[in-house]
Amino acid sequence: MAEPGRAPLLAMSGICKSFGAVCANQAVDLVVRAGDVVGLLGENGAGKTTLMNILFGAYAADDGEIQVDGRPVTIDSPADALALGIGMVHQHFHLVPSHTVLENLMVGQKGRAGRLDVAAARARLGEIAERYGLALDGDALVGDLAIGEQQRLEIVKALYHGARILILDEPTAVLTPQEADSLFQALKSMVAAGGEGAGGMGIIFISHKLREVRALTNRIVVMRRGRVVATLDDVAGVSDRQLAELMCGREVTPPVRPQATAGEPLLSLRQINTGGGRRSRLKDLSLEVLGGRILGIAGVSGNGQGELANVIAGTLKPVSGQIRVGGKPVPRPSPRALQRLGVGRIPEDRIGTGLLISLPLTDSMVLPLVHRPPFSRFGLLNRRAIKDFVETQIERFAIQADGAEARTGTLSGGNLQKALLARELSIDPLVLLAAQPTRGLDVAAAGFVHEQFLDLRARGRAIVLISEDLEELFLLSDEIAVIYEGRITDPIPIEQATVRQIGLLMTGAGGTA
Amino acid sequence: MGLRLEKRADSPLWLNLLLPLAAVTAALVLCSGLIAMAGANPIAAYWAMFSGALGTRFNLVETLVKAAPLIFTGLAVAVAFRAKFWNIGAEGQLLAGAMAAAFIGAREDLPTGVLVPAMIAGGALAGALWALVPALLKTHFRVDDVVSSLLLNFVLFYVMMALLDGPWKDPLSGYPDSPDIRLDAEFPILLEATRLHLGIFLSLVAAPLVWFLMARTTLGFAIRAVGENPVAARYAGFNIAAVIVATAAISGALAGLAGVGEVAGIHFQVMAGLSPGYGYTGIVIAMLARLNPLGVVPAAIYLSIIITGAEAMSRATGVPVFVAEVIQGASLLTMLAALLFTTHRLRITGQAHG
Repeated sequence: MAEPGRAPLLAMSGICKSFGAVCANQAVDLVVRAGDVVGLLGENGAGKTTLMNILFGAYAADDGEIQVDGRPVTIDSPADALALGIGMVHQHFHLVPSHTVLENLMVGQKGRAGRLDVAAARARLGEIAERYGLALDGDALVGDLAIGEQQRLEIVKALYHGARILILDEPTAVLTPQEADSLFQALKSMVAAGGEGAGGMGIIFISHKLREVRALTNRIVVMRRGRVVATLDDVAGVSDRQLAELMCGREVTPPVRPQATAGEPLLSLRQINTGGGRRSRLKDLSLEVLGGRILGIAGVSGNGQGELANVIAGTLKPVSGQIRVGGKPVPRPSPRALQRLGVGRIPEDRIGTGLLISLPLTDSMVLPLVHRPPFSRFGLLNRRAIKDFVETQIERFAIQADGAEARTGTLSGGNLQKALLARELSIDPLVLLAAQPTRGLDVAAAGFVHEQFLDLRARGRAIVLISEDLEELFLLSDEIAVIYEGRITDPIPIEQATVRQIGLLMTGAGGTA
Repeated sequence: MGLRLEKRADSPLWLNLLLPLAAVTAALVLCSGLIAMAGANPIAAYWAMFSGALGTRFNLVETLVKAAPLIFTGLAVAVAFRAKFWNIGAEGQLLAGAMAAAFIGAREDLPTGVLVPAMIAGGALAGALWALVPALLKTHFRVDDVVSSLLLNFVLFYVMMALLDGPWKDPLSGYPDSPDIRLDAEFPILLEATRLHLGIFLSLVAAPLVWFLMARTTLGFAIRAVGENPVAARYAGFNIAAVIVATAAISGALAGLAGVGEVAGIHFQVMAGLSPGYGYTGIVIAMLARLNPLGVVPAAIYLSIIITGAEAMSRATGVPVFVAEVIQGASLLTMLAALLFTTHRLRITGQAHG
């Protein structure tokens, strides 16, 4: 090694990148030293992802310099980045479930004369396990691993390929709080094991969850609108509130959930079973939501939330069980039948399931309503009524759109969600089903969505809120039930629920009804 | 310096009008190389083609006569493709409509007054029913509609030929032709001493009607929604299978009407050469029109000019008439390439990188 001095592992300076008129990164500086865990904090669209894509060679910067170990480098592709020791762990796993841990590690590796050196790979896996405390069974099938272990494998994979600078993009989205804590433990000891000198490691941790960033990092870089607005070396000395304000550039006030009296049961599912052999198949699932109440559904992704949402939406027919809306049984549940009875639906995938992305906003916003007057009569569209309706909603919900006829896809994520919400609230639903309603939204848009839910609750309607965001669930719900492998727990009144308890239930530990 | 494709936010109206023109021009320029290879001056050849198709009253009428079935098949494909029901079967549906029209038109027991309406209705119904086969295969058995609708063209063609060689053969003819339809079953001629028949008028009326169906009715809305995003349409409460079946029926009926016009206005019988691929040309037309029913009319007339004019070009310059088919194919390819520019723009990048 040439004399390393105290040159940081990574120094990005003056990075600029524009997409058309939008400046995604403007004179961004980011330094990672050996032993650092840097939190990169910012709302969606703040420029975090662009910066990391530049570092990982997916985009070329318009301006600026990247140095690794004090030497200027050019990164034109992810392969270049890997060669320089920059590894990225994506939010969604890139693993082959039917292969073993070792086989997954060797993907992309060129064998000698077409043969893969399994023994060498096994030795390297052992080395990593010992040095960083990241143990994994090399012969286990990835499909059999728990989510937390798969996450660990992704990290091991990056290390296996020689990463010294590890980028973690929202790595806890699929983890329970306990799994997240153990991930943080592993990451901390990993960085500590690397030491601070040459050969040390650094981590860039991307998140918008304040709790996690504070728990893990020793430095926080806050981005807003393409710029670095703060670099905080004293993580302990800054409050959540200050961080949130730095992130969105204004004061943030969490919504308050006022007291409201519970009404009649508006939605009840009894002994619902769904077909198929998947782990997430619903098994004897029962729940009831009263008017004026928000029922939060917590759970690790893939435990039946999707099935539950589809049953309430009418797109998945249960093989047995009963659904009642507003006290009336729904003998033949279908999307239209449930809508008729007053179920509004915010689907998890708002773009894929909710909207018509390349058609005008007018089409997207009357999609489930087009058969009703005044939008159509005798099969003929009333274009005037549709346009008036959409324009009214745009105004009422402050949707940023280039008019009612703007192509749906030109709206931002937050505005798409507002449009969807406006549409579903326009039927004045008895029951609102909302699946991951604020995923990917910035703080302001998420706050708006939350206010709408609380407003609906105050008007005595029932809301089923399915979310992977525990903060959101604790903020809004009157009761929280946990779904695990297709079964649901008895709802826990929010006053009695703790994050720890919900986290345990999410792993299937005890308490299933 | 370099060229770079970038996504564009919107596609303005002028662009949508310009693109087909640009695509057609590009196709003609590309094909001029072939014409030159055939030993003719491309400009002279194209002049012969366009004046041959439009130059005299007779030629102009003939171009419109050819355009009528093309408008119908173009509309048929445009409607189907909107729902992403890939109906490659307009050719077979056209033949089904033609057979029904020829059968009804030759019946002696029908009064004059109902004959023409019965042929029109029967032809549309036959086309619709034949189109239901690939639609139901798709909705009930997930059979690929491209393959099934395409192959059913051959099924119907050979069934037709078997009938024409057997029970349906005109006893007075030496060829495998069906008996002529009754004189009072023939479409009225709209312009004396020409072949400008009722079917041409019907096709020109059909285009705005189909446009109205697609743009102003809930069924048209459903067709668009299902084509754009079937998952969202289903979530919103649309019955996808029902919408596909309805789309197929409309599409097939339109293609069937193309066949009715050819029987009742031109040939007065069914025979092997009834359609020189009008159903397939309909695909080119629908794409050139960007699936807009109103755009189908100019697109069909354009291709009709190419087809009619090719013979004049061949006579004047010796270029083989097959060039017409090359121009059709090239127009489709250039249009498909041009569609990229509805979603992307080319940008000249100043800065070289890496």
